[in-house]
Amino acid sequence: MAVITFREAIRQAIDEEMARDERVFLMGEEVAEYNGAYKVSQGLLDKYGPKRVIDTPITEASFSGIGIGAAMAGLRPIVEWMTFNFSLLAYDQVVNNAAKMRHMSGGQVSIPIVFRGPNGPAEYLSSQHSQALQSIYAHVPGLIVVAPGTPYDAKGLLKSSIRNDNPVLFLEAELMYSWKGEVPEEEYLIPIGKADVKREGRDVTIVTYSKPLRLVEQAAQQLAEMGVDAEIIDLRTIKPLDEEAIYRSVRKTNRCVIVDETWPFASVASHVGWLVLRNCFDYLDAPVELVTSEDVPMPYNHTLELEVQPTVKKIIDAVKKVMYIR
Amino acid sequence: MKVNQYEKAFLMGLLEQMLLIRRFEEKSAQMYGLRKIGGFCHLYIGQEAVAVGSIAALDLKKDYVLTGYRDHGHALACGMDPNAAMAELFGKATGCSKGKGGSMHMFDADKHMYGGNGIVGGHIPIAAGVAFKLKYNQEDGVVLCYFGDGAIHQGVFHETMNMAKIWNLPIIFICENNQYGMGTNYKRVSSVHDYSVMGASYEIPAWQVDGMNVLTVYEETKKAIKLVKEKNTPVFLEIQTYRYRGHSMSDPAKYRTKEELEAYKSKDPIIIFKTEMMEAGMLTEDEYTLLDKKQKDIVNESVQYAEQSEEPSLEAMYEDIYA
Repeated sequence: MAVITFREAIRQAIDEEMARDERVFLMGEEVAEYNGAYKVSQGLLDKYGPKRVIDTPITEASFSGIGIGAAMAGLRPIVEWMTFNFSLLAYDQVVNNAAKMRHMSGGQVSIPIVFRGPNGPAEYLSSQHSQALQSIYAHVPGLIVVAPGTPYDAKGLLKSSIRNDNPVLFLEAELMYSWKGEVPEEEYLIPIGKADVKREGRDVTIVTYSKPLRLVEQAAQQLAEMGVDAEIIDLRTIKPLDEEAIYRSVRKTNRCVIVDETWPFASVASHVGWLVLRNCFDYLDAPVELVTSEDVPMPYNHTLELEVQPTVKKIIDAVKKVMYIR
Repeated sequence: MKVNQYEKAFLMGLLEQMLLIRRFEEKSAQMYGLRKIGGFCHLYIGQEAVAVGSIAALDLKKDYVLTGYRDHGHALACGMDPNAAMAELFGKATGCSKGKGGSMHMFDADKHMYGGNGIVGGHIPIAAGVAFKLKYNQEDGVVLCYFGDGAIHQGVFHETMNMAKIWNLPIIFICENNQYGMGTNYKRVSSVHDYSVMGASYEIPAWQVDGMNVLTVYEETKKAIKLVKEKNTPVFLEIQTYRYRGHSMSDPAKYRTKEELEAYKSKDPIIIFKTEMMEAGMLTEDEYTLLDKKQKDIVNESVQYAEQSEEPSLEAMYEDIYA
């Protein structure tokens, strides 16, 4: 199997779907002539031309809105946000238009659109450019939120997202773009809303998604050396949430740690924690533990910024806690 | 006189639509008073010539309409069934949006009426997106995007004007300047009082239009459509109008004088059009009375229809969210 980067996997998904369906187009800042701020769209302008790979002015609200209108009228836009930090300028368009048009028209229209780009902490960028914003999107009914953690999942899920008839928020991460992984040559799709068991284990369930998956895998390896057999549930899609996959694992291991790089208040992690408590209470041998970002804006200083986020040590400590290991 | 240049049937059609909207809105106010309609209800009384005159210039098989929350008039002018419109105001399952949208979200996708949008100015880029699709598919259509004088200072208006011009989208931006953004006179909150000058910032052709004369609105919209098609450019129209009622049903409109309101009532778009037609010998008082009676009957029937319609089922709250 070919080994490619996360960036290349995303590009392949866009390329294949653009080749498959004339209605699919890519728009955003620097996506065309500059070949993408993070080079995700490299070569696509040459291949598909300026009609389908479109540079926009720096106007997140309105180019996102234009995408929504085009989707409502029958096209299938992929809107690239240079980062999710700037998507806050488009939040009204996503929440009030993309998520609501179908509802407030009584089902007369659908909005098949993908908003994608890097989300979450990067490095040395301080607080406006390093934040994980998925919780505020997952909060809104009418939206789908997809968050893969490997190149394989990214490609299969992005293809499914482009073919989906709803607004999809597709989370990538700057630091993940150069991550490598096996991706088959032949076409495949991964269904939205299906979690994946990334590591089978008996002793504890660690629920995670997106970039922290790597930290969790490293922690699981170290835990194995300590004789602790962790099971890793990679959500892959935040909304709709594959609740059964989480419960199945927790009912087997009787212990649960959730690793999520968002802020802890009203977050994906806190919601999953509540669901596990409500639905697996009788199976739990310890309270659910969360490993999240500290509830602070991201500092520029590197030592501080790393310590704000989930770390391998924090994950191991949380596992030890739910297993009563001193 | 301009009316002489048109077929009587066409003129009667315009008059009929304006009367339908007027009577529909009066009935809406009455039903609101009876608490049959709740929430925010923004009436179109006084502005009828704008929606009717401009939408008469469209072919809704290929053209599209999007507007803000003062949307009953546009929906009816696009041909929405008054029963479905009134049932929506009543929140019934038979409403155009199954009782989920209400006054501010009238949608009729078959008639290319894409809302009915509640966030001031929020639909302006959406309308440009519909125009983007026309251009992308090389379809022969145009989008009319209506918004009020209150929306014109939103960032998305200016962002969208810019993109509409760099991509030369087939869209006509229509600012219905009814002179008050809620309770604020437009002159108090705008650095310019002739909004059409804003077109120049984006090299978009723009001009002011008398919105109290339905034929003027029709002709100027025709002219704008011709420009869109022949010169491959978006157009911006500031159509000057006036609303007789408050901003919404809860607004007594104490921010304007009785004299101002009375002065505008003498410019009532229905009265002046009726007078023009009568003076040209194209309408009799009896014909007018009959036409008006017909609209009142349609509106009364819509109330009956709405009253008798079912409430949505409780399960319906989970429907129409995801495709």
